[in-house]
Amino acid sequence: MLTYTIRRLLGALPTLLIIVAVAFFMMRLAPGGPFDQERALPPAIEANIAARYDLDKPLVVQFVLYLGNVLQGDFGPSFKSRDFSVNELIAQGFPVSLRLGGLAMLLAIVVGVSAGATAALRQNSGYDYGVMAVAMTGITIPNFVMAPLLTLVLGVYLGLLPVGGWGDLRHMILPVIALALPQVAYVARLTRGSMIEVLRSNFIRTARAKGLPERVTLMRHAMRAALLPVVSYLGPATAGIITGSVVIEQIFGLPGMGRYFVLGALNRDYTLVMGTVIFFGVLIIVFNMLVDLIYGLLDPKVRYD
Amino acid sequence: MPDNSPATSNAAANNGDTAPVLAVENLVTRFDVPDGEVCAVNDVSFTIDEGETIGVVGESGSGKSQVFMSVMGLLASNGAANGRVRYRGQDILGLPPQRLNRIRGAKMSMIFQDPMTSLNPYLKISRQLNEVLVQHKGMSETEAMNRSVEMLDLVRIPEARRRITMYPHEFSGGMRQRVMIAMALLCQPDLLIADEPSTALDVTVQAQILDLMRDLKRELNTAIVMITHDLGVIAGLSDRVMVMYGGTVVEAGTVREIFYNPQHPYTEGLLKSMPRLDDSRRGVLPTIPGQPPNLQHLPAGCSFRPRCTYAFERCETEVPPLTRFGEDRAKACHLESL
Repeated sequence: MLTYTIRRLLGALPTLLIIVAVAFFMMRLAPGGPFDQERALPPAIEANIAARYDLDKPLVVQFVLYLGNVLQGDFGPSFKSRDFSVNELIAQGFPVSLRLGGLAMLLAIVVGVSAGATAALRQNSGYDYGVMAVAMTGITIPNFVMAPLLTLVLGVYLGLLPVGGWGDLRHMILPVIALALPQVAYVARLTRGSMIEVLRSNFIRTARAKGLPERVTLMRHAMRAALLPVVSYLGPATAGIITGSVVIEQIFGLPGMGRYFVLGALNRDYTLVMGTVIFFGVLIIVFNMLVDLIYGLLDPKVRYD
Repeated sequence: MPDNSPATSNAAANNGDTAPVLAVENLVTRFDVPDGEVCAVNDVSFTIDEGETIGVVGESGSGKSQVFMSVMGLLASNGAANGRVRYRGQDILGLPPQRLNRIRGAKMSMIFQDPMTSLNPYLKISRQLNEVLVQHKGMSETEAMNRSVEMLDLVRIPEARRRITMYPHEFSGGMRQRVMIAMALLCQPDLLIADEPSTALDVTVQAQILDLMRDLKRELNTAIVMITHDLGVIAGLSDRVMVMYGGTVVEAGTVREIFYNPQHPYTEGLLKSMPRLDDSRRGVLPTIPGQPPNLQHLPAGCSFRPRCTYAFERCETEVPPLTRFGEDRAKACHLESL
């Protein structure tokens, strides 16, 4: 399994290189640059700035220089947030987003899987319809509606929780809920669907014919198979959520890294965009690999060779 | 016990010692479907005695499997069974799962048609066998493991001790069915229900599985229900035969009687449509014309009437009741005799 992991990671390098190249050249194709302003600067100053950031060199040379830095783990200085390197920005924002996203995902797994599984057991009952209706609502209401609603009700009217800011655990509750809701809903629907399918399968009939208690039939015989599609969804979804959400961060005033994706693109902050893209790409690759490893644990037919 | 109960060899006493292993009375099984209701089993009654082997024959949709799914409490969620089912005198139809679970898997077990999908692909064979013993016999894992290995030996799985730690996908179809049989027999049940146990297998493997069941029957004195559409399977294994059509029993009797002196046109048709090796005639195999009945809209009168070459007016209006005649024989047909 270790050799498999190493091989997978090595195999991901060409993918990553392509991502880096495409992102780099597309960014440069976009009109405008990091130092464009309303008022034109004297050409001498522009030239100085360009020289400072290597922008005066041919594009290919810039790319090679950039790649060299990235290989040493250096994403370069941010073009817009002076005095900060991209590494520093990510190091500041990521822990916040990771904590929020991680908790949100945990909530999604625990609540989503149990709600979905119990709904599947009582298929077409009032409980089932209730869970699915709530889930559907959770998926359709966008987070820029849900988050202000939550702050309004729980923060402003009831005064139970702070409406924003970053500090102790209490500050995390509302954003985590807002982040988790669509995920809870999606995981619940996914679990319900796959669980219903598994419960119809022949080996569940066998388990019942063996006189096993329903709890054992469900947890030992059905759960594993039902979780496989959920696991494949959770991998990439987790990578997405732990890298932050610009909407949630804006609404709750959180110092996460979600806003870098947007700020970087809007400001043509070349290095920040590249840094976040590479960081996200690596996470996606790692989480997809984790999914495959977990598959191997769940399904004995999966072999790593 | 109602008068029309076929082929019973003792009158059902309610007492656990003398009561038959399984007594089914007026079983009706219905399924709710989007456009109405399907009556899969329509007033079926029979008994099974200690150590007896009963063959249940019928084509797809005749209700033969659903009778025993009802008995085992394994109906799909849209199905409902009514009537009376007693295991050794104890009513078991409609028992809550916790109570039913004391009987199924322990006293009464079932194996299924498709061994490729009936074992859990995610769990080792050992886990799937041992859990039965842990559940019903309260054994420890070690005790259970030893017993399971013994059982795999008994169903002639080579190198049982090594192979028990494998997963189902590492076994062939025939071997998986042996595992299923071993699993069903772990607690030495009084009744083994085998739902088309050899249908999904190669012909040679089929023969091996049937040989195995014949030997086990002799060794363990378990009553066996052999559900099949293959009369050949029944012939070598059963004591008595029940022929089902359109959700009802149309004929019942001993194997000999059914094979040599069928008294229902459907049974006769089934026997005629069996290919024979020793038949010198060449040409087309005889078939029963027409389609099995639609269980949602059964024809008025006898359900076999549209396909019956002997049908007369009475068959169109009156459902023939299952009537006893001779010793241990019953048929549901208006004809005096064939």
